Amino acid sequence: MALVMIFLSGVVFAVGLGVSGMTQPEKVTSFLNVAGNWDPSLAFVMLGATVTYLLGHILILKRPAPAFAATFTLPTRRDIDRPLVIGSALFGVGWGLVGFCPGPALVSLVTGYESVIIFVLAMGVGMYAFEVLDLRFGKEPDGGAGLIVKS
Amino acid sequence: MTEFTPVTALIGGFLLGIAALSLLFFNGRVAGISGIFGGFLAFKRGDTLWRTVFIAGLLVGGVILTLFYPESIQFELKSSASTVMLAGLLVGIGSRMGSGCTSGHGICGIGRVSPRSLVAVATFMATGVAAAVTVHLIFGGKI
Repeated sequence: MALVMIFLSGVVFAVGLGVSGMTQPEKVTSFLNVAGNWDPSLAFVMLGATVTYLLGHILILKRPAPAFAATFTLPTRRDIDRPLVIGSALFGVGWGLVGFCPGPALVSLVTGYESVIIFVLAMGVGMYAFEVLDLRFGKEPDGGAGLIVKS
Repeated sequence: MTEFTPVTALIGGFLLGIAALSLLFFNGRVAGISGIFGGFLAFKRGDTLWRTVFIAGLLVGGVILTLFYPESIQFELKSSASTVMLAGLLVGIGSRMGSGCTSGHGICGIGRVSPRSLVAVATFMATGVAAAVTVHLIFGGKI
């Protein structure tokens, strides 16, 4: 049952990306390219997603535990460190160059487009390289979500 | 150029929020795609199955889009293969070094009002704008 719900979360996430327009790289670059014909749609995607999450997560975290896991596994760090800023800066450059971020790129694999396959392979190499080399920064498994917190 | 589509953007955003909440409710996890995919690649025993299942869901979602909303997932890219490769590397390294991407920081992090995520989003928005504007102004949209 747990796996079914995790699977459905992935399905809805992908459909949400498609409906919002985020599986169109040009939609992303048209938002980021403020010097061209600016398309503010991405801001509305963020608005819809963050407000939904903000309201919903407050209710969910009032529960003692997730439905199918022992604890909530959430990021607990609040400090701003150098890897956070440098990593995010590098990520932004890659994102703005082509208009792909990890979610839409994975979903778009089903198109079989050569560009998507190249992107996902390169992204995997980048992630794996960072994971393996650890680049002398502290390891933060699961996007800094390694620490178990809350209830 | 693309058209401004506020209504579908809001609806799609709402679905993204619901999907992320669902992962939190059932599995207690943040829906950060770079974290989930990176952890999948790193392969730790006992921590890979749920990641695989979630990624399978993403792909099946892609198939559903292809069947029922094909224009949402069809596109032409002006970027060259080498640019795409560079972008993929930067996104891969950057998202892991920065502990997240547009979903983990952008949706869940902002939604949790995490100071780290607010800084991350402001940073990747700024460099994303810089990259996209550079591609547009200096390379005429094709690089």
